[in-house]
Amino acid sequence: MLEIKNLHARVEGKEILKGVDLTIRDGEIHALMGTNGAGKSTLSNVIVGNPKYEVTEGSITFNGKDLLAMTPEQRSHEGVFMSFQLPVEIPGVSMTNFMRAAVNARREALGQEPLKSTDFLKLMRDTQKLVDIDKKLVSRSVNEGFSGGEKKRNEIFQMAMLQPTFCILDETDSGLDVDALRVVAEGFNRLRTTQTSALVITHYQRLLDYIRPDFIHVLLEGRIVKTAGAELAKEIEDRGFDWIKE
Amino acid sequence: MSPEQPYVNLYQANRDSLIAVSPKVMNTLRDEAINVFAQKGFPSRKVEAYRYIDVPQAFEGKDSYAMPQPTLPLSAAQQGVITLNDEVLLNKYYAKAADNEDAITALNTAFSHECICIHLGKNQVLDRPIELTDMFASEEDQMEHKRILIVLEEGASASIMLRYAANNKTHILTTQVVEVFVGDNARLELYELEETHTSFTRFNNVYLQLGRYANVKHNNITLFNGLTRNTIKATLAGEFSEVTLNGCVMADKSQVVDNNTLIRHEVPNCTSHELYKYVVDEQSVGAFAGKVYVAEGAQKTVSEEVNQNICASDDARMYTQPMLEIYADDVKCSHGSTVGKLDDMALFYMRQRGIPLAEARMLLMQAFVGQVIDEIPIAPLRDRLHIMIEQRLKGELDKCVGCARCK
Ligand SMILES: Nc1ncnc2c1ncn2[C@@H]1O[C@H](COP(=O)(O)OP(=O)(O)O)[C@@H](O)[C@H]1O
Ligand SMILES: [Mg+2]
Repeated sequence: MLEIKNLHARVEGKEILKGVDLTIRDGEIHALMGTNGAGKSTLSNVIVGNPKYEVTEGSITFNGKDLLAMTPEQRSHEGVFMSFQLPVEIPGVSMTNFMRAAVNARREALGQEPLKSTDFLKLMRDTQKLVDIDKKLVSRSVNEGFSGGEKKRNEIFQMAMLQPTFCILDETDSGLDVDALRVVAEGFNRLRTTQTSALVITHYQRLLDYIRPDFIHVLLEGRIVKTAGAELAKEIEDRGFDWIKE
Repeated sequence: MSPEQPYVNLYQANRDSLIAVSPKVMNTLRDEAINVFAQKGFPSRKVEAYRYIDVPQAFEGKDSYAMPQPTLPLSAAQQGVITLNDEVLLNKYYAKAADNEDAITALNTAFSHECICIHLGKNQVLDRPIELTDMFASEEDQMEHKRILIVLEEGASASIMLRYAANNKTHILTTQVVEVFVGDNARLELYELEETHTSFTRFNNVYLQLGRYANVKHNNITLFNGLTRNTIKATLAGEFSEVTLNGCVMADKSQVVDNNTLIRHEVPNCTSHELYKYVVDEQSVGAFAGKVYVAEGAQKTVSEEVNQNICASDDARMYTQPMLEIYADDVKCSHGSTVGKLDDMALFYMRQRGIPLAEARMLLMQAFVGQVIDEIPIAPLRDRLHIMIEQRLKGELDKCVGCARCK
């Protein structure tokens, strides 16, 4: 599904990614761990095409297509979704108008008719139930005045609305209490199909108890320095990263 | 030849035909007005209130535009709330607020030949809004000098929309003077909505006079235009009166929108609010200058002025100049302005969800000016304006939601 080769990237003139290789096949869950500032969010942002991040070398293909040649919106239409580490507040843009624009833009890219208003509103309602998000939140402006946990839940709601095939969860668990974490993780699991792949960035074993990874990678100073199975998370939680660096 | 001379000549050529059809009070002020205009001249950029536009250039060469032949007003319009040339009303109010201090008002006073009058008697309450549409539909380049007088007697209440629309793309030059007298305890919502065309040059001077406990909300919305200058002067002349001056501007191409407002607190215990928001895109120019003046002795004045702007392109320009001039010590006044860009992070967030960049920009602009629309109390108007702004941004305003014919 996703193939990253020798990826180098800069932000504000500073080289952050220094040769990342990563292959994620259909249906696989990969966890990405690493110290703060290691470049995990940079990698995510490069995959989704944030214009702030500049790729200086390497390639990313997605289902055989050159992802780096696509605009962020095209990548989204191809099925790439990122749950932001820090979701953005957009005052004055209602969740409804935002989602309608997103859903219909995607449909248009896929050559489908826009959803009828009644069908769209029904989809919103059904999805709210699926991910157990308060309908009051959905009637407000995008993320405006949402608590940290509400923002994360809203990311999962949007994911459910858009049904991506490849999801990046960038510290979606950070700042969530145990109950909220379970709701978010179960929401994600419910949305998954056998084809869905994900890159799950986390500092904690507890998320990976819900979303079982096939592989865990450790990113340090812009490179993947270790790859192992699910058992690595426990070890990292016990021992930190220092032992890996050696 | 001076830039004024062609207009003075035009006046001399048309003086007799203007006088033949106009109410007496309008005629008695004409000659003096043209003299003042000739003497003062078009305000240059050196005049503080006109520093952001080139007025002589705006008028240059347009004296050749056709002036509609003044005709005697129809007698049918002489009943009800809206009338033409109500002589009793004109004698009492005409040019009482709009003096010749502003050369463009003087020019208008010299040239206008009729006055639309809206008059509500004591305690008269209109249960439905009035909309006056100025549908410019000339086949040739045209010049017009419009005059409107709105008088609400004590305790009266009304909502009035003045809409300026274009039916085709000939060049139009207009000056307009609107005088508004709102009596004690009276309440007025006054909307001005411009959706004309890039071929328009509009100078619009609005004078608002408020009595005791009067309440006026003025909403000034520019969706589409060429060069527009709105000069709004609100005078709080009765204690406990309250005025709100709100406005929003969407400009792109090479449009120019200059809003100049003055709120005068002449007496104690009055309140004023002001919120103007602009989105200037492409090569357009926006200007906002808002002065709040608090006279000596106007204690307990409360005033809050906000101007927020987005420059959506590198070429667009925005000038903002909020001003406070205070001669009383027990007042609560604030003012502030910001100029920013569209939020990059919000744009990227939307694009990640699949919303194309152009549409994401549109949603942000719509949200930004929408705040002004949200404050409008009339729900159907609010909804209509939101739709119009959306269509404006999509470049579909030509389809004209505002107008029944195009539905
Ligand atoms: N938008 C940005 N602007 C400036 N610097 C950034 C930006 N994003 C990341 N960085 C820098 O890149 C480095 C890696 O950050 P990041 O990818 O967020 O790390 P992680 O997600 O692993 O904690 C840090 O030094 C950070 O300061
Ligand atoms: Mg991060």
